[in-house]
Formats: sequence, C-alpha cells, structure tokens
Amino acid sequence: MIANYGYKDGSGEYYISIDTDKCINCEAGRACLTGCPKGMFETMTDDYDDEVVQIKQNFRRSLAYDCAGCKPAGGYTSLPCTTACTPGAVKHSW
Amino acid sequence: MSQTSTAPTAEAKPEFWRWQENCWADETKDWKSAKAITVGIDVGSVSSQCVVVADGELYAYNSMRTGNNSPDSAKNAFKGVTEKTGLTLNDVHMVVGTGYGRVNVPFSHKAITEIACHARGANYMGGNGVRTILDMGGQDCKAIHCDEKGKVTNFLMNDKCAAGTGRGMEVISDLMQIPIAELGPRSFEVDQEPDAVSSVCVVFAKSEALALLKAGYTKNKVIAAYCQAMAERVVSLLERIGVEEGFFITGGIAKNPGVVKRIEKLLGIKAMDTKIDSQIAGALGAALFANTLVQKQGPQAPIAC
Amino acid sequence: MITAGIDMGSRTVKVVLVEEENAGGKLNYVVKGKHLMFPGDLDGDAAADKAFDEALSSAGLDRAKVSAVFATGAGRKMVNFATDSVTEMSAGAKGVSWFFPTARTIVDVGAEEGRGIKTDGTGKATDFAGNEKCAAGAGSFAEAMSRALQLSLKEFGDASLRSDKSIPMNAQCTVFAESEVVSLIHSSTPKEDIAKAVLDAVASRVCAMVRRVGIDNDVVLIGGMVHNAGFVSSLKAAMDLQEVKLPDMPEFVSALGCALLAAERQH
Repeated sequence: MIANYGYKDGSGEYYISIDTDKCINCEAGRACLTGCPKGMFETMTDDYDDEVVQIKQNFRRSLAYDCAGCKPAGGYTSLPCTTACTPGAVKHSW
Repeated sequence: MSQTSTAPTAEAKPEFWRWQENCWADETKDWKSAKAITVGIDVGSVSSQCVVVADGELYAYNSMRTGNNSPDSAKNAFKGVTEKTGLTLNDVHMVVGTGYGRVNVPFSHKAITEIACHARGANYMGGNGVRTILDMGGQDCKAIHCDEKGKVTNFLMNDKCAAGTGRGMEVISDLMQIPIAELGPRSFEVDQEPDAVSSVCVVFAKSEALALLKAGYTKNKVIAAYCQAMAERVVSLLERIGVEEGFFITGGIAKNPGVVKRIEKLLGIKAMDTKIDSQIAGALGAALFANTLVQKQGPQAPIAC
Repeated sequence: MITAGIDMGSRTVKVVLVEEENAGGKLNYVVKGKHLMFPGDLDGDAAADKAFDEALSSAGLDRAKVSAVFATGAGRKMVNFATDSVTEMSAGAKGVSWFFPTARTIVDVGAEEGRGIKTDGTGKATDFAGNEKCAAGAGSFAEAMSRALQLSLKEFGDASLRSDKSIPMNAQCTVFAESEVVSLIHSSTPKEDIAKAVLDAVASRVCAMVRRVGIDNDVVLIGGMVHNAGFVSSLKAAMDLQEVKLPDMPEFVSALGCALLAAERQH
C-alpha cells in the first residue's frame, strides 16, 4: 500500500508517501525513526495487521513548515528521511 | 460544528445547510434468523452512521448529525436502529468503530481506520470492479485505490483545508440561503456555465461569490461556479494518485449532482451507480470487517455502556 | 514635485501623497497627505478615483499638481489613471526604508494576505515568501474568530494580552477553526484564552512563512494587523525576538513606498 500523509492547500501540495510493502520487513532497521531530525515517523500496526511506519498525526497538517529545515534552503542536499530509508519506501511530493 | 444551531446568542434562523437524516431497514429480512450480526459505527466530524450487517449482507442503517461528543453520537446512531428493528447490543456479535471518533465508540470491540472501511464498503456497494474511491466527507476528502477484495493499495487524505469538503458546501448553502439538497439541481439552471471561483480556499471563494452576486450573477450561476470549484479541487487531489476505471464516490457530496457531474466531466469518466446511501460506506465497511472477524474468531461478548 | 501612491488592497484603498524637496543637493521626501477608504459598492477603478480625489482635497491639492501616480496591491491593475504599477513587495520594501533604513526583514500581514519580504537597506526587495491562496495566515482569520467571540478586532487583540495560557488550535483552516472556536466557547474557555490561541496560531503561520526568507534584524511589521497589540505580542514570541519595529502609519506603508518609487522614477 502507498500511504500518502499530508495535505494540499493554497500554497501547494505537501505529501510524504510511504510504500508500506517495502516497509513491512524493513531492511534499514527502521532508520527513519531516528533519521528524521523532528522525529516525525512512528511505527504502528495497520488495518491489515502489518507493522509499518506512519507520519505522526500532529505533523500531517503542517508538513510544509515542519520539513522546511531539511530542504535545500536549510542546507541539505538530500533529505535525511529518504536517505535513512535505504529500501526507498519514503518519498516527498515537493 | 453546528454553530448556527447551538451558538448561545444566535437567533433562530432557517438552517439551510441541514441535510436529511435517514434511518432504513430491509423489511424483507428478519435479523432473528441470521447467524452472524455485526455492527459498524462511523463517527465522523459532521455525521455519524450505524450499519447493521446480517450474515454479510446490509440489513439496516441510521445516519445522523454528529452531536457534541463521539460516545453519545455513537450511542444515538445505534439507538435509531434499535427503535426501527428491535435489535439490541446483546443481539450483536461484534462492533467495529471507524471515522475520526473511532477510538471513542464505547461499545466497539475494535477500531479500524476510515480509509480501510471506505474501501471495503465501496467494494460492497459498487461491486468488486471498484478501483478508485473518492470520499467527500464533512471535513475531509479522501482518494483511495483498492484491489478486487476492497483492500487499500494507495490512499491520500486532505483534512487540513475546507475546500473540497462538505463543510465548504454548507458554507455556500448558508450564504445563498438555499437548502443544501437543492444546490446540485440549481447549478444546472444557468444560461451559461461560469468559470469556477477560487478552488483552494473557502474563505476566498465566499468573497468571490458575493462579488459575483453584486456583479449581477444569478444565485444559480454563483452556485454553478462554486460546484465547479469544488469539482476542480477534488480532481486535483485525485490526480495525485491517479484514476482507474471503476470509479466510485462516497460521502455526503456524492448526493450533489452539481459536483458529481462536473467531476465526471473533468475526468472524462462516469462514476459507478449504487442504490445504497453514499454516506454509509465507512460504517458499512466497518460492519463487514466485523463480519469477517466473527468468521475467524467467533462472536464477541457485548460491551456494556 | 508631488507624486502619489495608491494601494488597492482586498479590503481598503490607501492613498499617500509625497513631496520631493531638494535640501542643498540632498533629496528629501515629505508626506503631504494620506487617506484610507472602504470602497463599499464601488468598483475598483471608481473606488481608486474617489479615494484619490478625497486624498487630494484633504491635502489642498489637485490632480494637475501630481507628476506621477503609481499603484500597488491586489487590485493595482484596476487603477486606470496610474502611470505605472509595482508589486506589493517592492512597494512595501521601499515604504519601510523611509521609516527604518536598518530594516532587513519585513512582515506584511493584511486582510487576506500575509507575506515575508527580505530587503537590503536601500529599499529594494531581494526575496519574498507569501501565501496568497489560503486565508489562514492573514488578518481575515483573526477577524472571523473575533466575530465568533463577538468582539471587535481591537478588543480581541487586547483580550489576548490578558491571557498567559497557550491552547493549541488543531484546525489549520479558517472554516474549521471557526467550529473549533465555537466548541471552545461551549466548553467555557475564557475569551482571552481563545483570543490568544487564535492570534498565536496566525502568528506561527506567518512566522513559518517569513522563515523561508530568513529572519534578520531589524524586523518590521506592516499592514493592518499592526493595530492588533495581541498579534504583535504573539508574533514576537513566535519569532523569538525582543523587538519588532512598528511604523506609525502601518496600513499606508505600501502606498507610501509606491509614491516614493514614482518620485524616483521621474529622475
């Protein structure tokens, strides 16, 4: 399953998508949990009883702001979360 | 949510946004002869539904406005079904809660997200050909892809912004002083299809709508411009995950042809038909999940509340 | 020489008249008149016309004396008699430099728009970030909420200063926030705490937007929200600043900048 967390508003579209098929048996040891400087990822058991990660509820409506520090303007050349996730399950839409 | 009805200082005035509450039971069936009776409760931000499934088939439902708190809304939704059919919690083998208030359903055995429940419900309502589901709820909008079993393969949700939600529609119904159920039909009674108002912000769309009225637009034409904006908005969300053949719309706005027909036109694809109330998809899915769980785990003892 | 700047905002029309004086080879600019008008039922061009005439007559001037008229704001294209138009960013940066040459970051919060502008000290805008398609980061958000509390915008701001609580607002959208405020009222939350919650929310959104251009001292706030003391206090807290500079005619800063640009362009 591709789970898209985020929103679209007047300023643009901000989604972090997680490909849970790549996430169920994580080969990176859940590196996203510590890779994100804001600790936005958490594990959960989904509706089909698989353990996967998701974006914490309190970040889902403010991603544009919360992720700003990791974008090129914040001095990063690659996103810490997508770099930590070696299976390539995490993607940003913007 | 219902500030016009409950604000202590508000004067009594017609509530144009108030949609029809609805309770139904399949008179041709008798729940007493069913082997498994399961219940799904969907406590949404605006509406709450209770659906009863008997042996995996839809038997009864009740759809009403969400009250001040989730537990009471859940109880009231179930009470409506009890009054109609005589069924009590002691007759039910399992209850699954869903929707934004799902963890606050006092008598549920399990909570399942509305994404999974909507997909499962739509799979029942539209058949196993359903692949893309658009749910336009009271305070959010969801786009879901599912497989032939109703299992979610891709989803996204927008609950940050009122554009493209039922709440946005209620705002315009109040502004135009026209009952919400009439908005759709009226939006086609125009000499010429107008351009959409702002599709990204309800507040701006509202000021644009007022300016259009001032500029001499008829109410119907303003409503048309608003319905078009709503359609453009949800289509732009759908495009993020893509639309596959087998397109199904759930939620309250599915009842507004003014938005649905415009979405179909923008996508170049027809939405699938169903005879079942589009607002119950989530609760129906929850009840179907409960039915599957009863098959696997056996009946659960009722939780008193 | 006299020039005029007209700022056609989403809610009001602002006009500023400026006179250029030559003091021993050094150019000085003096504000000769300013005027703010609610357009009411008037269309863009007619409203601009009326506001301009009213500004001129209160300053004892007539159109023949005015060498150039520049327009800015959301409706700047509607001012038919304008010699030229400039963006809100250029006008804001120019206007601010007249008050505070040391300004580096400008926060502009009007009725329907909020933006952050970076400036270099010469009155030029070097970068900006704005959100013109969502009402949540602007004055109308606070206005809608003050209506729900049945307070004027001024009372609303003052009330928030009396609160030391921080209640987080979940809703990011004006429409949803209204429902949230209503449920706070129902749960008997004091008005001042609700007012602070709302203004904190607007301030944090505005702050996040300004962060995109960077926050460097001095920081100047312009636009109608300057009159809202509660908002100013919330903004300082959100930006973690000791001081935010406030011009004494905040809603006229862009119109002034416009008039100054018009004067400079005559050389």
